[in-house]
Amino acid sequence: MKDKIRDILSRLGKLPVAVDSLADDSDLYTAGLSSFASVQLMLGLEDGFDIEFPDNLLNRRSFASIDAIAATVEQIIATRKVA
Amino acid sequence: MNVMAEVRAESLVSRAQRVAAVAAQHAEAVDREGRFPREAVDAMIAERLLGIQVPAVHGGEGATFSEIAELCSILSQACASSSMIFAMHHIKLSSLVEHGLESAWLTAFMQRVASEQLLLGSATTEGGIGGNLRNSICAIEIENGVCRLEKDATVISYGDYADAILITSRAHKDAAPSDQVMTVFLKDQYTLERTHVWDTLGMRGTCSDGFLFKGEAPAEQVFPKPFAEIAAQSMLAASHLLWSGVWYGIAADAVIKSQNFIRAAARKSPGQTPPGAIHLANIANQLQMVKSNIVAGLKTYEDAKRDEEKLSSMAFAVAMNNIKICSSEMILPIINGAMLICGIMGYKNGTPFSLGRNLRDAHSAQLMISNDRILGNTSSMLLVHRQDTSLLG
Ligand SMILES: Cc1cc2nc3c(=O)[nH]c(=O)nc-3n(C[C@H](O)[C@H](O)[C@H](O)COP(=O)(O)OP(=O)(O)OC[C@H]3O[C@@H](n4cnc5c(N)ncnc54)[C@H](O)[C@@H]3O)c2cc1C
Repeated sequence: MKDKIRDILSRLGKLPVAVDSLADDSDLYTAGLSSFASVQLMLGLEDGFDIEFPDNLLNRRSFASIDAIAATVEQIIATRKVA
Repeated sequence: MNVMAEVRAESLVSRAQRVAAVAAQHAEAVDREGRFPREAVDAMIAERLLGIQVPAVHGGEGATFSEIAELCSILSQACASSSMIFAMHHIKLSSLVEHGLESAWLTAFMQRVASEQLLLGSATTEGGIGGNLRNSICAIEIENGVCRLEKDATVISYGDYADAILITSRAHKDAAPSDQVMTVFLKDQYTLERTHVWDTLGMRGTCSDGFLFKGEAPAEQVFPKPFAEIAAQSMLAASHLLWSGVWYGIAADAVIKSQNFIRAAARKSPGQTPPGAIHLANIANQLQMVKSNIVAGLKTYEDAKRDEEKLSSMAFAVAMNNIKICSSEMILPIINGAMLICGIMGYKNGTPFSLGRNLRDAHSAQLMISNDRILGNTSSMLLVHRQDTSLLG
């Protein structure tokens, strides 16, 4: 999953640094993720994982690092399985 | 409201009314000469209004945004420039109150603001960046416990008169443009070299000249929290709500002037409804919309307060952006309607119905962080954030 996230991030995150140079827990905002790019990233994740982010997860923290994104995506997929 | 809160709210309002009386006396000269409203700001200091937002345990009165917005409205009915200065000071103070407690220096400074009634200025706007306050070109350098910053700050309101300036920059020389910090510099820790003179259509008393800012201070004066979080969790809300309080007051004053005009006409010819009365009904309705919108925004903020999740959510950001767009746009047709009612008496300067200053001051609202920029930002959030369609939620 994290590889796929990295792929989407490198296409849509418009980061000034290479995604490969970031650790899974690196802060993406410090790395230069802008608010506009973060929306593009969310759209890319929705499309890539066939999910929709509920409003309560649409905040900075959910997208603050590759780890955080993975946890957010997993949480959505898990709730979907239960439902 | 409990009894204590009632007494306090009562006294805040009457203190602000005394300041408004002083501001009103000098408003025309301040506007004409484009000078700092010294008398009004001295009156704010005498009434100790610059520290009211600071929690009582730190020497203030713990005033809420709602209370402060009401004071902005009272002041701007007398002098919008004075009111905007009061609003901008409290927007800066909100960053200290909401995010300063994790730092001993910032906490002590907040206490000084209350005890010494210090006036805080703001420098977010930068040459080459404009109103995109979540980006900086300049970077702060921190070395051996000292921080240094140079910024081409193209607009700093009352820069010459502030006791301290809260200024944004990139966090270090290699930081991305959006990786920002905010730092407090005290008056004796910076120099300001004037680069632009504020000779404007309206809001002339804010004296928002441009400056080359050069500062050096102990590094502990940098906010530990990233500016991105300060902006999202309190500063944008504080700006949109308190500015809206100022703008509402400008429009409310115009409505009152036109109502006075209509009532005078009605008294002169009893039994006949004056021709402009229908316009008055219309702008009173529009003013109520602006008011409801701001009141709802204040409630949204007070409800979300101290809940970092909620404050960082898109729903909250969209709601606050909408408050700003609504109040900055709606006040113009309201004042224009008042002008149609008062006619030449409104168009002329120096009558009890003059609306020139209201109209000129109000035109700054759409530019103060350009509405195009804000709508662009909201439209991007609406690509993922779903609009809440409930009426009360
Ligand atoms: C009374 C007053 C007091 C102020 N006091 C201060 C102060 O104390 N400190 C401070 O730092 N600043 C202050 N400002 C500045 C204010 O916060 C804004 O930064 C400033 O008004 C924006 O200036 P601008 O229109 O030149 O820049 P920009 O934001 O660059 O906008 C210029 C134009 O470009 C267009 N535009 C640019 N980017 C976009 C985009 N992404 N999307 C859509 N349209 C875009 C817009 O149409 C806009 O009209 C003050 C402003 C006023 C009116």
